[in-house]
Amino acid sequence: MLELRNISKQLGEFSLHAINLQIKEGEYFVVLGMSGAGKSVLLEMIAGLVHPTSGQVFINGRDITNDKIQDREVGIVFQDFAVFPHMNVLQNIAYPLINIGYSTSEAHLLAKGYAENMSIGHLLQRKTTTLSGGELQRVALARTLALKPRFLLLDEPLASIDLQLKDELRGLLRKINRSGITIVHVTHDYEEAISLATRIAVVHSGKVVQVGSAEDVFNAPKSQFIAHFTGVKNFYKATFVEENSSLAEGKVVIKHYTSVQEKEGYLMLRSEDVIVSSSHNPSSALNNFEGELLDFFPCIQGIELMIDVGIKIRAHITHASVKSLDLKVGKKVWVSFKASAVKYVPHS
Amino acid sequence: MTKLQPLHLVFIFLGGLLLLVIVAPLASMVLATSPTSLLNTAQNKAVTDSIILTILTSFGGTLFFSFMAIPLAYIMARKQFIGKRLISGIIDLPIVIPHTAAGIAVLGFISRDSFLGKAADSVGLNLVGHPIGIAAAMAFVSIPFLFNAARDGFEAVPVRLEKAALNLKASPLKVFFTISLPLASRSIISGFIMMFARGMSEFGSVVIVAYHPMTTPVLIFEWFNSYGLNYARPIAVVFILICLLFFISLRLITKEKKRV
Repeated sequence: MLELRNISKQLGEFSLHAINLQIKEGEYFVVLGMSGAGKSVLLEMIAGLVHPTSGQVFINGRDITNDKIQDREVGIVFQDFAVFPHMNVLQNIAYPLINIGYSTSEAHLLAKGYAENMSIGHLLQRKTTTLSGGELQRVALARTLALKPRFLLLDEPLASIDLQLKDELRGLLRKINRSGITIVHVTHDYEEAISLATRIAVVHSGKVVQVGSAEDVFNAPKSQFIAHFTGVKNFYKATFVEENSSLAEGKVVIKHYTSVQEKEGYLMLRSEDVIVSSSHNPSSALNNFEGELLDFFPCIQGIELMIDVGIKIRAHITHASVKSLDLKVGKKVWVSFKASAVKYVPHS
Repeated sequence: MTKLQPLHLVFIFLGGLLLLVIVAPLASMVLATSPTSLLNTAQNKAVTDSIILTILTSFGGTLFFSFMAIPLAYIMARKQFIGKRLISGIIDLPIVIPHTAAGIAVLGFISRDSFLGKAADSVGLNLVGHPIGIAAAMAFVSIPFLFNAARDGFEAVPVRLEKAALNLKASPLKVFFTISLPLASRSIISGFIMMFARGMSEFGSVVIVAYHPMTTPVLIFEWFNSYGLNYARPIAVVFILICLLFFISLRLITKEKKRV
């Protein structure tokens, strides 16, 4: 287990306060927060590249706060990959192996194997300055994994990757995690967190505001920040039923568009995209449900409704609409939303 | 193509004048020298001896002091500490000191009465008038070229790469030799050649530390003083050609390929 106890760090304008985290062996742990929240520094402190102002880092109960960088079983991949520009792909991957005592020829032989695992076996002799973001990412991963770290720290690993390559890399990261390496991944992208995480820690204003599964964090956000951060009020565990439909929370079939064919995932819907009416009006929206109004509460710009249609759906409407529809708790209403308003994030 | 403004034409004219100031004296000197006299000069033993001495002392001094300048440049590029600006100022000091004054300073430091002079004397070495003394005088005035280039070179190496190397189990020494130094090498080599070339052309401090054996700049001065302009000209041309050779090679090396 990797444990951070009361880690604090003063960093010029902002700071991290008393960070406590426990990351279990084999977990895919995502630290989610806005850019500039100090997430990268958190990783650098685990790797020993930055020293905390106070607090300790433990690996399996052993205090490693003052251990040398080289003695930790922690590998880090930076956001800009930090691939050495004066070495080719093979030399980059062989570099750590030579550092731990392999001869150059042994290191090159092993490095070829790691490159094959990362599907970059054909790039071995290429200069790294000619590689794409995705290729550089794989070089950096192969190089770090060559040391067989127990913990792999990833700083915004998908931030500089082309959209079409992101799915592929997510798959690769899951594969690495399944091979037994614990991953700590920091990101500002909540979809990335939902898609990959076993557990998520949300960092805001230098503090950990919530730790839990994707459902915990998005269904029951403990702070206004998380709700605002994603803008998503409706969040459901989903199972793939057939093309373009999934079963939300095992109860209601929701229509959506997706290019991904994975069995498990999450559905997300903004409360602003939900239309509420007192009777069923035929429209182009594919999702139409009758439900009971459970509750309504004021929010910044209007009223938020909680409607039970088998699953609980939050809808955001104006004060005027509440009056014109004569809404009361217990009243039957119709809820509709377009399939294109629903976002599906696969999670296997 | 944008149209040239009258202002630009004035600027181009002024720039042309400046180039003329540099090129005209050199060209007239070369044109006034016959190939025969150049050949004769190049075969004169006093000239070849002085050129060899100049190259060796400058190269030796540059090499010796680079072992101190490069590590210090690295520290200055990477660390923040009290007195950093003072150290930068000290390194740049030789640029503003008159070189004859620098010669006096170096002479006082290596003369037989000084600690260093006494130490050298005890092993039978008189630094004054010795190539080591000449190398010290050359290095004293030219060290800022190497130091500043090396510091700029190290500053341009992303700290991230060094951190990544540390995380990949390289020792700090290994990080320096496998990451920082190779990535700063173009800058360091260009600084090395600048320091070497500047050392070769040094006259003021060298003439005070050692009139004999004669480096080429001192020999040019000696021949000019004793025999006049026409006699001194061919050796000046030969020496300029040699300096040009190093200068051009420097330009070729520093014509850096863009790195990502």
